[in-house]
Amino acid sequence: MLDVRESVIALSYIVAAILFIFGLKQLSSPATARAGNRLAAIGMTVALGVTLLDRQIVSFWTIAIGTLIGAAIGVYFARTVQMTAMPQMVALFNGMGGGTAALVSVAEFLRLSRLGESIGAGESTSIVLGTAIGAISFTGSIVAFGKLQEILPGRPLQFPLQRPINALILLSVLGLGGFVVVGGGGSPALWMLFVAALVLGAMFVLPIGGGDMPVVISILNSLTGLAAALTGFVLHNQMLVVAGVLVGASGTLLTLLMSRAMNRSVGNVLFGAFGAASSDAAATTSVVGRTVRQTTAEDTAIALAYARSVVIVPGYGLAVAEAQHTVRELATDLEKRGVDVKYAIHPVAGRMPGHMNVLLAEANVPYDQLLEMDQVNGEFPQTDVVLVVGANDVVNPAARDDPSSPIYGMPILDVDRARNIIILKRSMGHGFAGIDNALFYHENARMLFGDARQSLTQVGQALKNV
Amino acid sequence: MSQELVLGIYVFIMAIFVGFEVISRVPSVLHTPLMSGTNAIHGIVVLGAFLVAGSADTPLLHVLGFIAVVFGAANVFGGFFVTDRMLEMFKKRETLAPKGEAEKKNA
Repeated sequence: MLDVRESVIALSYIVAAILFIFGLKQLSSPATARAGNRLAAIGMTVALGVTLLDRQIVSFWTIAIGTLIGAAIGVYFARTVQMTAMPQMVALFNGMGGGTAALVSVAEFLRLSRLGESIGAGESTSIVLGTAIGAISFTGSIVAFGKLQEILPGRPLQFPLQRPINALILLSVLGLGGFVVVGGGGSPALWMLFVAALVLGAMFVLPIGGGDMPVVISILNSLTGLAAALTGFVLHNQMLVVAGVLVGASGTLLTLLMSRAMNRSVGNVLFGAFGAASSDAAATTSVVGRTVRQTTAEDTAIALAYARSVVIVPGYGLAVAEAQHTVRELATDLEKRGVDVKYAIHPVAGRMPGHMNVLLAEANVPYDQLLEMDQVNGEFPQTDVVLVVGANDVVNPAARDDPSSPIYGMPILDVDRARNIIILKRSMGHGFAGIDNALFYHENARMLFGDARQSLTQVGQALKNV
Repeated sequence: MSQELVLGIYVFIMAIFVGFEVISRVPSVLHTPLMSGTNAIHGIVVLGAFLVAGSADTPLLHVLGFIAVVFGAANVFGGFFVTDRMLEMFKKRETLAPKGEAEKKNA
């Protein structure tokens, strides 16, 4: 029988689990999402609070100081990071969670070994899996963070013998894991497993292109959930099992939803999708004989002012230039002139699904002006002017027309069917997929080079004189 | 196999079903915040770090426990705060923006 204290802990864990489930439920609907996040935070507070009552805990100093430092780091970054850098923040926090799961598994193994207790097969399997998956998630997330933060190059990193080397590391992780489970090797073997899994995590994400990072982060997110659940088996704690598995399962579903939005299979993303093809394409930049036509802010303003319908296509360039407010001001001015203005949101524009919605919402763009890809694609032939602001791969007609393109099959916004296309871009550089864009050479397309915000400001000023 | 392990596996499998069911239909707008929210929830692993750090009896275990608590707490606090900041934007849109735009259109 459980005594009073143990009963309080167990019952509170059930309450916390219910709060997590309702929190997740509410998080998946726009109206209730924020309340859902808070509900989950309350569940977390309950779960962590009652855990401190656990008799196993005899010293509180390490916990108190560690929590304060971790909370300070977390809150500081969460508060100060720019909206454009949200995706890499999620990656970073996810890595922290993975690291925690791995360290907890290793530490528990060391404690049990030192006590001389025999470790059952169920426990040792959980320890091995928790260590390996947590460590993979840790370094994998750090590399994903590095790619999105542009500390590491966003293009797929490849080197000779990559696959054999990765296979070797994977085999050593599996071998060491099996060795620990059958009771050989002890803690040195587990440490080696830990290090090998850290290397594997980094090697696994390095060859994946930056454009696929959202899916990768989502996969790593569900892996961390799984690792957390495994530590629940190690520590005989049902709360960890329930919450970890909830994230593991919902994260897996979310990964599938995301890759469906990009028309990519998860396997395709993970195992050499963009690979070598993109570097070949990058080498043959701007095919000879094709020229782009440049335009000016004044001409753009005139084209916009006399249009009946304008569709704005935002992309990552808008996020980088923080041009969301400027673009909204321009749209408002156009509306005052009676122009019908809409925004076309590609599901994976930017670096994460929903990235553009968040940015435009910040600039108070009305919800009914944001059109999803399926709604807007039929309207392009009747659109007078499409203004592409820092988007590239999501408007590349090669994805629709050129079966040899590495992004062939990805659903795109059919902006090439509009009457006029004006593309705001910093340079002729490539998008995240690292490939050339036929749209720029289209006969209806004009390029307006420069920083998105500066260009939009100039267009806005020119518009006043039209 | 212990009774406890069997019970654990049972809970594990049930939770998989709940996890799938609970978010089965999500608009793509919410993919990022949802990922961020689930990211915060797996910060629950800091609970394991509490147990390890609180029962540590060697310097090595203290160090491992301490690092685990720092990482886990960063995951929990950072995760919930970042998600709240993202969702704050959505709220603004629903309450402020349509009103302002509607007035302009009427004028």
